[in-house]
Amino acid sequence: MHVVYRELEGRSKGYWALLLGLGAVLLLGLFAAHTMEERGHIITGMTNQIVWGMPHVFAVFLIVAASGALNVASIASVFGKAAYKPLAPLSGLVAIALLAGGLTVLMLDLGRPDRLLVAATVYNFKSVFAWNVFLYTGFFAFVVIYLWTMMERKMNPYTKVAGFAAFIWRLVLTTGTGSIFGFLVARTAYDSALLAPMFIIFSFAYGLAVFNLVLMAAYRGSGRPLGDRILFRLGKLLAVFVGASFYFVLVYHLTNLYFTKNHGFERFILLDGGIYPLLFWGGQIVVGYLIPLLLIFAPATRNSRTALAAASILVILGAFAQMYVTIIGGQAYPLPLFPGMEVSSTFYDGVVHPYTPSGWEIMLGLGGVALALAIVVFGLKILRFLPESLGDEHVDAQHQAA
Amino acid sequence: MSGFDTYRRRFMGGVLGVGVTAALPAGVLFWQTAEGDVEDGPPASGKVRWGMLVDTTKCGTGCDACVRGCDQENGLSGNTSPTSPQWIRKVQVTNPRTDYSFSLPMMCQHCEEPPCVDVCPTGASFRRADGIVLVDRHLCIGCRYCMMACPYKARSFIHHPVTDQLPEVPRGIGCVEACSFCVQRIDAGKRTTACQDACNAEGHQAIYFGDLKDPNSEISQRLASYGSQEVLSSLNLHTGVRYQGI
Repeated sequence: MHVVYRELEGRSKGYWALLLGLGAVLLLGLFAAHTMEERGHIITGMTNQIVWGMPHVFAVFLIVAASGALNVASIASVFGKAAYKPLAPLSGLVAIALLAGGLTVLMLDLGRPDRLLVAATVYNFKSVFAWNVFLYTGFFAFVVIYLWTMMERKMNPYTKVAGFAAFIWRLVLTTGTGSIFGFLVARTAYDSALLAPMFIIFSFAYGLAVFNLVLMAAYRGSGRPLGDRILFRLGKLLAVFVGASFYFVLVYHLTNLYFTKNHGFERFILLDGGIYPLLFWGGQIVVGYLIPLLLIFAPATRNSRTALAAASILVILGAFAQMYVTIIGGQAYPLPLFPGMEVSSTFYDGVVHPYTPSGWEIMLGLGGVALALAIVVFGLKILRFLPESLGDEHVDAQHQAA
Repeated sequence: MSGFDTYRRRFMGGVLGVGVTAALPAGVLFWQTAEGDVEDGPPASGKVRWGMLVDTTKCGTGCDACVRGCDQENGLSGNTSPTSPQWIRKVQVTNPRTDYSFSLPMMCQHCEEPPCVDVCPTGASFRRADGIVLVDRHLCIGCRYCMMACPYKARSFIHHPVTDQLPEVPRGIGCVEACSFCVQRIDAGKRTTACQDACNAEGHQAIYFGDLKDPNSEISQRLASYGSQEVLSSLNLHTGVRYQGI
């Protein structure tokens, strides 16, 4: 049975209100970036101790989620699961949109965003950041080509090849994102090869959570049928990714706990580091892992769409907690300049570094989220990303045809 | 013409329009950037490697003459807020089990294998042939990745507009900076750093600066005769700054 894709009409008041709302948040974000450039990073909560702050929490989340959002398409094209095939174009669109949002935040947070051209033309090829410039642009290109093979009928025979290339690229991309931290020998929180695969598995969960919400919102908003079967399949998949994330986090901390030299850091993140243990246990573990798993598997909620939407939202909230703990917590813990010794100085050696994000930083981060969502909302109106129906009968027919 | 073709043409036209609009300002920027032209002085020589030896047994606890000397030489304010740049700082180190305590100046260690240079996406962080690690203020985009990578926390980001720069020490908002071994002095033919002069003037004589590749230099002679150590020597970065008595 052939799947019919159609643009959103996008003429309703609700549609324009949504787009206008997102545009307003985006403008606020741009205003924040402009003010940061005029007055300097002094207006943020970032310091010479906490050098990466809230913008990076948003940006890294969006970039990681971007590669994960492509997963649904990969399952269809690379792993041949026909039931996911109708979702593949939307998955590509969400991936591109999230990456664009994340990169925008990252670039606008630079001390010299006006030198973007330098970043795009002068490279140090030993830098993980420089690799990422290529990985990000390559990702856009691969996904666009992949979308083209899916949406242009003549190109359909190449979908599998393009999908496979995009799948490999996204794995490399998230390896690159994880390695931004993993390749930092100086800091106890990072300095681990585990961060690359851990970020990949995080990306599966975060990207799928975003995808689920976009899918449900788009079908609800446009009044098109969306069957339980495909939706709860995605829910189960989310549970698998959340469980795998949990496993990686467990291994990461167990390894650190085994090494005496890392006990101080583990104590800080898990026990007495103030906001960080709270965000780790309450945010990342309970909100991000345990409650979503419960919602997806518990007999009372496993057949509820509301519960699935709630689980997806909680996974995203947990993701922000995780990014905050990883990025900010990793810097808040002092560098071990003289291991085993107590150190003090005017440059705040040996003390936990405080950080309070400023409104400007949060505005910039939310601006990136708004940009990503606006690209999705607008993309759905101009191109045929959404199947007319994802009702159970369509999904079953698609599955049987394969 | 079928509806699908019309749709496709409309779409391709749209994409083209967006592409051209996006490319125009970039093209103009390229053209402007290509206009600049700077004359370079003679290049640094790989025949020398500048290095520093700090004798912590002579370094005075509570004395910050080196910090003040550095601030004056390089036009830093001397503020110590969390957002203020500090190129050199005095670190008090205490062994909690024995109470043995000493102090030392900590600054860019001018590593032979600098992590900051490795991670810098644009190559703004670089190591000169004579071993001095610097930031090219024209290439730094202010991403702060080098600050994440430096094991010595030696770098500072400029958080607000700077108005009181010295002519020999260009500094500016949005870039990262650090100890330069007083490169403006070295390139002018001087052979001491500001922190060393300040330390000597205070009568401590704890800092020696010189060419590590010259076996007859005072620093090489001292390194050959007394035990010295690199901070975080397990990282194998072969720092240009060595310490005695740590």
